[in-house]
Amino acid sequence: MSVQTADHPAIAVRAASGVIHPAWVRVTHWINALAMLMMIGSGWQIYDASPLFGFTFPHQIALGNWLAGALLWHFAAMWLLVINGIVYVTLGIVSGRFRRKLFPIYPREVLHDLLAALRGHLSHDDLSMYNAVQKLLYLGILVTGVVIVLSGLSIWKPVQFHLLTSFFGGYNTARYVHFAAMTAIVAFLVVHVLLAVLVPKTLRAMILGR
Amino acid sequence: MSGPNKTKPGVDKALLIKDAAKLLPEPSRRFFMRGAASLGALAMLSGCEIIDGDASENVLRVISEFNDGAQALLFNPNTLAPEYPESMITRPFPFNAYYSEDDAPDVDGDKWQLEIGGRVDNKKSWTLAELNKLPQVSQITRHVCVEGWSAIGSWQGIKLSDFLKRIGADTRSKYVWFQCAEGYSTTIDMPTALHPQTQLTLQFDHQTLPRAYGFPAKIRIPTKLGFKNPKYITAMWVQNNDAGGYWENQGYNWFSGL
Repeated sequence: MSVQTADHPAIAVRAASGVIHPAWVRVTHWINALAMLMMIGSGWQIYDASPLFGFTFPHQIALGNWLAGALLWHFAAMWLLVINGIVYVTLGIVSGRFRRKLFPIYPREVLHDLLAALRGHLSHDDLSMYNAVQKLLYLGILVTGVVIVLSGLSIWKPVQFHLLTSFFGGYNTARYVHFAAMTAIVAFLVVHVLLAVLVPKTLRAMILGR
Repeated sequence: MSGPNKTKPGVDKALLIKDAAKLLPEPSRRFFMRGAASLGALAMLSGCEIIDGDASENVLRVISEFNDGAQALLFNPNTLAPEYPESMITRPFPFNAYYSEDDAPDVDGDKWQLEIGGRVDNKKSWTLAELNKLPQVSQITRHVCVEGWSAIGSWQGIKLSDFLKRIGADTRSKYVWFQCAEGYSTTIDMPTALHPQTQLTLQFDHQTLPRAYGFPAKIRIPTKLGFKNPKYITAMWVQNNDAGGYWENQGYNWFSGL
């Protein structure tokens, strides 16, 4: 993976311009943030109609007022989430950004960087380079995004996509998978937002690009 | 995230909307729903905010109508709902309605007749005895409720496509509308009505359909959510206009395919 060396032309250009996140990353990031909040909020309201566990989400933090309203939100925001997601993943692959930013990931580095992060010793000098923990989390959230969309499809269309539904262990199990993926995304979101607040220049980079 | 849509304590939003919907006469309600289909009506919808205080939901209904079209495209008339062994039947199979089981319609099977109307050659009504004499089919499929829960049940009855053929229905028509004993109603698309698993159901688990599950007749559609499976049906009309339905008119997605 020689692409990580500084004398790679693409890196050189980026370093010269100082752009950390190109415009397409920033635009798709914030559209995704909006779509995710709508999907999670309405999803909580939908969950409350037939809870999987012994708790419900407070209506004050859920979206849509009642089941029909929440379903309207969920199945409207899904288009935003999926179309934006397809654009993001396509550009991420085609531009080489995913390969450049997320790979390779070595377990030893993950462990090292995780311990360093917990001690507060991790450097944030170069925001264009992800540490191993970031690489793993960003890759993980991409995979979770795919899981939540596919498990959602298998709940929405358990007849038309019955093979997909079977893949997730049937209709009932797919509901738990969908919920687990939501939980993982919310957990990621908590850490993600907390770290952005702790290192505010990362937030600036995602808005202004540098 | 609650924002301006925050629920007032002690006010059941669902009941409130239901009551408000009742205040509108049927034709104007239909006009309102159709109007929402055109993008031009989007501008009008902000005005509706003043009337019913829920503009966002009305804008979302436009997208919901778009989703009706998307689901009609996704619907494959040859894709069958998975069938299950008898051992997987959910017992007891849940009763579900917007009223309690005690308030469920108590239909007299001897007096009951299924009224037929619309774009049909033979509009003769059918008694339960006459329907029971027609060839019967059986299925064990999953009933999926819009609330998220599901249950596996066993239903026997007449293949609806056979019945439509028998009464000389114009199957080029767009919709089939069902009226029920308690005033419930729903409209389904013709491709779904003709789906091989769509059934005019007379039995549950090889016994006369119990009152809780829709005696004397229900429509079983394993390719649609539970609320599109009307119970206690009294009339069936084949027509080209969408007559909506009890839940659909309140904001639940019209197609609601699985």
